[in-house]
Amino acid sequence: MAGADRVAGGKRVKAAIVDQASAVETHLAPAMVEGGVPLIFEETSPGRRGVDARGGAASVKHAVELLGSELCRTDIEGFPELSEPQVLRHFLRLSQLNFGQALQFYPLGSCTMKYNPVLNDEMAALSGFANLHPHTPSRLAQGALELIARMEAALAEITGMDAVSLAPAAGAQGELAGLLMIRAWEEKRGKVRRKVIIPDTAHGTNPASCTLAGFDVVVARSGPRGYLEAAEIRRLLSDDVAALMVTNPNTLGMFEPEIQEIAAALHERGAMLYLDGANMNALLGVAKPGDIGADIVHLNLHKTFSTPHGGGGPGAGPIAVKRHFEPFLPHPRIVKRGEQWDFDRDRPDSIGRLRSFHGNFGMLVRAYTYILAMGGDGLAQASRHAILNAAYVRKRLEAHFPSATPEPTMHECVLTHDLDTRTGVSTLDIAKRLLDFGIHPPTIYFPLVVHGALMIEPTETESLETLDNFVDTMERIYGEALEDPSMVKAAPHSLKLRRIDEVTAARRPMLRWTGR
Amino acid sequence: MRFIPHTEADLDVMLKTVGVAQLDDLIAHVPENLRAAAVIKLEHGRAEAEVASELAQLASCNPGATGFTSFLGGGYYRHYVPAAVRAITARAEFATSYTPYQPEVSQGTTQAIFEFQTLITQLTGLDVANASMYDGASAAAEAILMAHRVLPKRHVVAISRALWPDYRATIRTYLSALGTLELVELPFDLTTGAVDHGAVEGFATDELLCAVIGYPNAFGVIEALAQIAELTHRAGGLAISVTAEPLALALLKPPGALGIDIAVGEGQSFGMPLQYGGPGLGFLAGRGAHVRQMPGRLVGQTRDSEGRRAFCLTLATREQHIRRERATSNICTNHSLCALAATAYLSLMGRQGLRELAARNVELAHAAREALAAAGIRRRFSGQCFNEFVVAIDGPEAALAAAERHGILAGLSLSSDYPELGGALLISVTEMNTPAEIERLCGAIAGGR
Repeated sequence: MAGADRVAGGKRVKAAIVDQASAVETHLAPAMVEGGVPLIFEETSPGRRGVDARGGAASVKHAVELLGSELCRTDIEGFPELSEPQVLRHFLRLSQLNFGQALQFYPLGSCTMKYNPVLNDEMAALSGFANLHPHTPSRLAQGALELIARMEAALAEITGMDAVSLAPAAGAQGELAGLLMIRAWEEKRGKVRRKVIIPDTAHGTNPASCTLAGFDVVVARSGPRGYLEAAEIRRLLSDDVAALMVTNPNTLGMFEPEIQEIAAALHERGAMLYLDGANMNALLGVAKPGDIGADIVHLNLHKTFSTPHGGGGPGAGPIAVKRHFEPFLPHPRIVKRGEQWDFDRDRPDSIGRLRSFHGNFGMLVRAYTYILAMGGDGLAQASRHAILNAAYVRKRLEAHFPSATPEPTMHECVLTHDLDTRTGVSTLDIAKRLLDFGIHPPTIYFPLVVHGALMIEPTETESLETLDNFVDTMERIYGEALEDPSMVKAAPHSLKLRRIDEVTAARRPMLRWTGR
Repeated sequence: MRFIPHTEADLDVMLKTVGVAQLDDLIAHVPENLRAAAVIKLEHGRAEAEVASELAQLASCNPGATGFTSFLGGGYYRHYVPAAVRAITARAEFATSYTPYQPEVSQGTTQAIFEFQTLITQLTGLDVANASMYDGASAAAEAILMAHRVLPKRHVVAISRALWPDYRATIRTYLSALGTLELVELPFDLTTGAVDHGAVEGFATDELLCAVIGYPNAFGVIEALAQIAELTHRAGGLAISVTAEPLALALLKPPGALGIDIAVGEGQSFGMPLQYGGPGLGFLAGRGAHVRQMPGRLVGQTRDSEGRRAFCLTLATREQHIRRERATSNICTNHSLCALAATAYLSLMGRQGLRELAARNVELAHAAREALAAAGIRRRFSGQCFNEFVVAIDGPEAALAAAERHGILAGLSLSSDYPELGGALLISVTEMNTPAEIERLCGAIAGGR
């Protein structure tokens, strides 16, 4: 195994190891020789086990008799067979192939990769939360219901809204909930409008959620300075427009300067303002969505409220609404009867359920822990420092990576560059070269309206030293691109793998291990 | 502030570089009326010890989590989580990464997802599984939308009434805005507890899009999927199975082998704690021919530029960040870390261990059913069960209250969700229960009436 680590360095060494391996006729899986981690299915030995089960094979025979053999399978073909230490080593070695926020600077724009306090996970693991079955009678789960109530109240205060549902499992599900509520509200009033306006800078989930909620998307073009102009919204408004769905700050990192005027224009025509709260990390104690004029806003607890991103979830996407939408909120809703919290099942106007049970409760515990640790003043500081960090990076990089907009930006900045025309080095190449320096790249090629975009969100939890190192690295890569573009285009060089061929993956999809 | 690193000296340097005098100058362009009203009226931040004590206090107000012998199931199941699973999911490299857009530094996540996809295909007997969904209920709704993309001209969605109420409600919500789909309910046979095959036949026309069937169903009854799939296919529709207790798939014939086209379910049983119902894990598997209609992320195998095996997200042209309003789903963030937990769990349990654990569940549940019958509490349905079953009981609420006084959460009353059953209690028995507990359960509910 020690040899495997050296392999990535050069083909000569690799060839030597392969020769050696074949000479002694070992059974090293190909991937192991190549420096990767074998698939769990390739590390299997028939008869090995990672748990001690009571009953064993006799138990299986008995269960099959009880069920009747016609209902039963005889094997789970291909399933892994490993000991516990082997399984642990497999996954720990896999973990070492990942970058993570706790270990690397991870300025992925619009994802808010801030520090995830370790206490959060410890609190979620408390037996009183972790072992609480969702069908537990409410009177035996008052602590959990109290936490839900406090969390709802805290998010209402933070957003300046009247009511909150913690049910949505992620931001996209929050979007769906919000749009279905707009639909239900209109149905109640007699006529459903068919259109939702979405700016050209929006996240892809926005239009996808509109389709799922049965709305047609009308695209609003950003103005020449990168923000949404009230005139454009007025031009698109009609009696068939149900809502504007907008992210604020927008995906260029700009606070939408005309948003209040836009809200007024919408409301005047009976349309709603849906605020995508993906960028809420810029607004804590800076501007409340409720004051901006939002009727509905969703939050991403895994962004603003420090719950872990988990390699792509689980997150949580609470929605906060103004009073007129409260009756339409999804199930479940909780209500206090006397001294006891309970579920309110009598909600005839509710859009219904988005999922089973009570939302991603484990993530709510983590986010509530964070809110208590930060406090109202701490949250306000967080946004200000997040904005400072982005402004600092933008300023220091402006010579070679100018901002896509001259306007002030908030918690993230979108930068562009001229390397592709000057040297053929693309944004993707810059991203891959950053990997060599132990930095996770920013979000790239988004928003779509910016040529070669690098969308950088440092977050408030990164230090000045980290930011300086990032800036220096970006400058260094700029220099490398001018001097030796082919080297940058071939990056990464220092990882176990070189650049990965994503085109072939899509052209000939291999989506599972087959043993061949 | 312990999570924010800047010292006064750092702030000086940074503000000077940016060219402002103080922090609030950075937000001066935000309208003044908004800034003035933006103060967050919550308490001040607290030290870690104080926060920990506050949360511990709340946790202690959930006696249902720790103080009772439990037979609760009904969509979420009590199983032991091996310590190694927690050790793996706690790794910051996994927990604090995000969607693997940069595969060169995400091989841990992408390979684990590839393994997860493979494990799910092995369990379900289908060709392709995605990287995960939010939960079983939303996965069931997404499966119907997927079926509609495969068969866009059909519109009747036949859903078993013996599907968990939350699942049916979620499906209704997801389909509510798409006026084109018509939801019809398949009744169950009051004797067997299985879906009424005659009703499936009744809907088997050229309008039938899909039949959606629990496996095992909401009563714990093991449905005859092969017959339902055949009836559905004869009409040209698709058969969808929904599994809330995936441990059953270790012993039961896999849905794919029974003719099911899309198998979805909840993966919480595979290494995730109960957590009051989330986060768990949705899984979705289907046929290779339908892969481009699937929702959610998919990881595929490929090579790096020097020919070494590697894994990356693939077929992204189905997804919202590329296809926008024409995407197969709006899902973006899914439940990746839960999929990792399931991958680690299934790897530990392994080919034999998982079947032995499933067998242990069957033995205990069947023993409980017999013991209750001997105590005069008869089973409600004749259909075969895996690890949960329904008993007929007069006044289930009183029986539950009596059991609670004995320190037992005896199960879930079905009276409000299924009034046609009369008094009925859903009892779930897993490896977390002992024969002695089963004896106490019998005494408590038989004696308490």
